[in-house]
Amino acid sequence: MNAVGVEGVWKFYGDYPALRNVELSAAPGACLALIGRNGAGKTTLLRTIAGFSRPGKGKITIFGNSPRDTETRRLMGFIGHGISVYDELSALENLTLFGKLYGLADPKKTALEWLERTGLERVKDGLVREFSRGMRQRLAVARAFLHGPKVLLLDEPFTALDDRAIAVLQRLLREALADGKTIVMSTHQLREALELATHVALLNRGQVAFHGPRTAEMVADPGWVYARYGEG
Amino acid sequence: MMAFVRQVLVIMAKDLRAELRTKEAINASLSFALVVLLLFSFAFDPSEETTREISGGLLWIVFAFAGTLLLNRSFARELNNDCLDALISAPIPGSALFLGKALANYILVLAVELIALPLFGIFYNVRWTSQFWQLMMVIALATWGMTVTGTIFSALTVNIRLREVMLPILNFPSLIPALLGAMQLTSSLVAGNPITSANDSWLKMLIGFDVMYTAVSVFLVEMVLVGG
Repeated sequence: MNAVGVEGVWKFYGDYPALRNVELSAAPGACLALIGRNGAGKTTLLRTIAGFSRPGKGKITIFGNSPRDTETRRLMGFIGHGISVYDELSALENLTLFGKLYGLADPKKTALEWLERTGLERVKDGLVREFSRGMRQRLAVARAFLHGPKVLLLDEPFTALDDRAIAVLQRLLREALADGKTIVMSTHQLREALELATHVALLNRGQVAFHGPRTAEMVADPGWVYARYGEG
Repeated sequence: MMAFVRQVLVIMAKDLRAELRTKEAINASLSFALVVLLLFSFAFDPSEETTREISGGLLWIVFAFAGTLLLNRSFARELNNDCLDALISAPIPGSALFLGKALANYILVLAVELIALPLFGIFYNVRWTSQFWQLMMVIALATWGMTVTGTIFSALTVNIRLREVMLPILNFPSLIPALLGAMQLTSSLVAGNPITSANDSWLKMLIGFDVMYTAVSVFLVEMVLVGG
């Protein structure tokens, strides 16, 4: 069974089809890099896979179930354009909150562990609004990984990260892949993404222009997929 | 069931903690309520008899507008940093999210009302405590109705640029039955007349309004948040 299945998905904004008959899949343990120009539909696709909005037509499945099923949501971790943590709460309060919402056995203990793993243990009681950008992003990474998701959906995860946050995220993503977790990430940072990816999908104006395993040509020349299958 | 209650309480506590850290909405709401009460007392200078007659209308207009300032922030608070995404992707039912937010709003709106009420008595020189417990019951019921409709419309308008305008435009017309009941009962109770079989139909209507709008909101919230 695929970890992520996208079957004939259309998504409309008014009359405009942002996604057009998208067919994709990711097996358990795969890392799928979604690439494409701005406006190609990467974010829309990821948000639809995450269950933030329903497709106009077609079907999304996570391990065979709808992403809106309560138990399926427990399997997913999402990092979007925003950091999705509360400025008015401390780092520890934020992670404990999400630990409680995900029904973790000991939310505070897990939160403290993740604060340590992301290098934020010394500022655990500091309010997020007082954090630097890099610290906020590491907290967002901790929030997404906190509940041990089996499927990670990452929208431009490397954009605007500082060096330390990039290193933390890359380490966590490698560990996740080694644990057999599935990653779907949209990105413009081709080099970082292709280093991790097992598969690549190129979106062009809401359609899949290419979907297949990552090849040696792609790693050697990250622009190769665009040159071969993109608009040029 | 226990898990559901726990999720509701977690959301409620989060909203209350976030609001009490900044006090943005509650300060604005309280200031608005006090200024309007003060301005009306200067503008009309009514006799005690007239004040008793208009007290229900005056109080509930103040409560409704001041409450809207709080309710506007309910889901708008989640827009900052895209926190709504994290809540929608968490494994909790939309109804738990809605009820948690509604309860937090209820406590905040009720707090503003309970501060404004004695000040109303002072500004207008009215003894409003003669039917204290019945008045508290009416306030509790009508405030829940106002909070439930305000919270669901806050979710509905969260992604609209003019949500501060849209919320009252949508909320107030649907609140008319509850406000009418609350105004009638409040005027009567402030005048010292208890609720009797002659006017308990308004009370029944308030209860019906609360039950109906709570049920409809709980049923619709998932659709409001992620679409049909």
